[in-house]
Amino acid sequence: METTPSNRSKQEWKRLEVVGGNGLLDRRAFLRGGAALAAAMTGYTLVGSAAAEPLADDPWSREPGTLVPAYGVPSRFEKNVARTLSNPKGEPRTQHARTPHHLINGTITPNGLHFVISHAGDADIDPDKHRLIIHGLVKRPLMFTLDTLARYPMVSRMTFVECGGNSAPLFSNEPIQASLQALHGLASCAEWTGVRLSTLLEETGIDPKAKWLVAEGADAPALSRSVPLTKALDDAMVALYQNGERLMPGNGYPMRLLLPGWEGNMNVKWLRSLKLIDQPAMTYYEARTYAPILPGGKAYQFYFLQEVKSFITHPSPGMMLKEAGFYEISGIAYSGNGRISKVMVSADGGQSWAQAALQEPVHSKAFARFRVPWNWNGGPAILQSRAWDEAGNVQPTRAQVVALRGQTTKVPPVTAFPGQHYNGPTSWAIDNKGEVKHVYA
Amino acid sequence: MFMRKHLIVAAALALGSSAAFAQAPNLGKPIDPAEITAWDISILPDGTGLPPGSGTPAQGAPIYAQKCAMCHGIDGKGGVNAAVVGGGPIKDMESAKTIANFWPYATTIFDFTRRAMPWQQPKTLTNDEVYALTAYMLALNKLIGENDEMNAKTLPKVKMPNRDGFIIRFPDKL
Repeated sequence: METTPSNRSKQEWKRLEVVGGNGLLDRRAFLRGGAALAAAMTGYTLVGSAAAEPLADDPWSREPGTLVPAYGVPSRFEKNVARTLSNPKGEPRTQHARTPHHLINGTITPNGLHFVISHAGDADIDPDKHRLIIHGLVKRPLMFTLDTLARYPMVSRMTFVECGGNSAPLFSNEPIQASLQALHGLASCAEWTGVRLSTLLEETGIDPKAKWLVAEGADAPALSRSVPLTKALDDAMVALYQNGERLMPGNGYPMRLLLPGWEGNMNVKWLRSLKLIDQPAMTYYEARTYAPILPGGKAYQFYFLQEVKSFITHPSPGMMLKEAGFYEISGIAYSGNGRISKVMVSADGGQSWAQAALQEPVHSKAFARFRVPWNWNGGPAILQSRAWDEAGNVQPTRAQVVALRGQTTKVPPVTAFPGQHYNGPTSWAIDNKGEVKHVYA
Repeated sequence: MFMRKHLIVAAALALGSSAAFAQAPNLGKPIDPAEITAWDISILPDGTGLPPGSGTPAQGAPIYAQKCAMCHGIDGKGGVNAAVVGGGPIKDMESAKTIANFWPYATTIFDFTRRAMPWQQPKTLTNDEVYALTAYMLALNKLIGENDEMNAKTLPKVKMPNRDGFIIRFPDKL
């Protein structure tokens, strides 16, 4: 048999150390194997063999290209890389736009793909007329314009924002067949730049009676949430920039509260007021909406933290594995408690595990990208990931989540929010045709 | 090397001291509480922040019919948006949360109605109208009497059935 570059590298792969069931390879395989091995990897949707015809210059190689735009947008061939919308006609209810994690890579969510939940549309704010007031139990109530805030010392940090209701379909009693975007699309990660809230509170001074603040947006419902003062003085930020540019309208232009690692809804967008108070305000969203009911009828209050979690983005439902052989399993992990310290991946439904490589640098309270090389033998496999954070928290099993929190008795619509703060694992079954399905394992 | 290390430590100390922050930038403009009344709308569970004014269920009924029923249904029974009356016992995640079976504080009804409703024209209701609508919803749910007036004194005293139905998830974060 002729030795083609493709099957030569397959032979090399076969000598690599298998560290987990169903063909999971040592995470250092790429480092040892070098570029040749990496280049030989088959993508999840690639088909056939290359170069059936001699190479020729394509039209774009034989004439000048298009005008360079003032503000760049992705290639016209990338139009499918978009958020999905729950309420595209703007009916009088909440709008959700979900991040397509299966179509992007790395750890940064591009601004146009960052998830958005707007309870009454995106406010269209003239930045010159926007004001932020800090009042209540302070020594000097103060008002800030965008111009004045821009003169303050700023900080930048990578931070994920996740809706408390992200992953809610996983509370279904049976696995819902839907894309990764539908299941986990209400979490995104960006570099946020702004002014530490503690800097502004030093300027207003704090009355010793203050224990909380209530943050309020300038949007139609003046969305408000109570935040413990300890968090406000820890790592909270009034964010002005998102991945280097001003915040997107749906993410709170011109300014939002950023509470790294805490429930998305509390990161109040279009921020116009911070009032220091001595007790939580028990706003609609904390008293009613983000209070998940437990079996028996009690409900959690002040959940706040987005706990350690991970899911595999590649492969995921909707992708096909066209042939047996080498693939990279990759996904994202994050924790509101700090840095991700370890991610384990299984290809046999949790019977055996291989440690994934974590892309450096791993930031605190930010997406971490994990990767594991995998030699798919063409047979059934169940992929799953499990993450640990530096505080020692481990992602629970689904059975543990269900034991504590319950699950539905009938399958809800994929867009419903039967529960909140699901952080168990997500399992993808691969059948012998290479199709990826959502399963519980 | 020794010198450089010392300089870094000195700089870190300077940044960490509150005196350094207090001196700069000081660009916030002092505000008079009277100037910010329109934005100072948060109501606390003990009634702090409730404005003057009052309303009764009878006064709330026609306002509800005109401004709320299109979404929340005739007599509060629900329509394209949630019912504001009724609700069975809270048992598990599939139980629908309502004012009567879930909301722990009556002040939240006033706060949310005033800031966010009606959906198409938020912040257009007068304080008397918000009191009246709050009274109407509470009376529909039999949480107050049909003739009870809601005002800054009476509203925080309304006992909500599910007041004690909550467990603080992470007490160490508060």
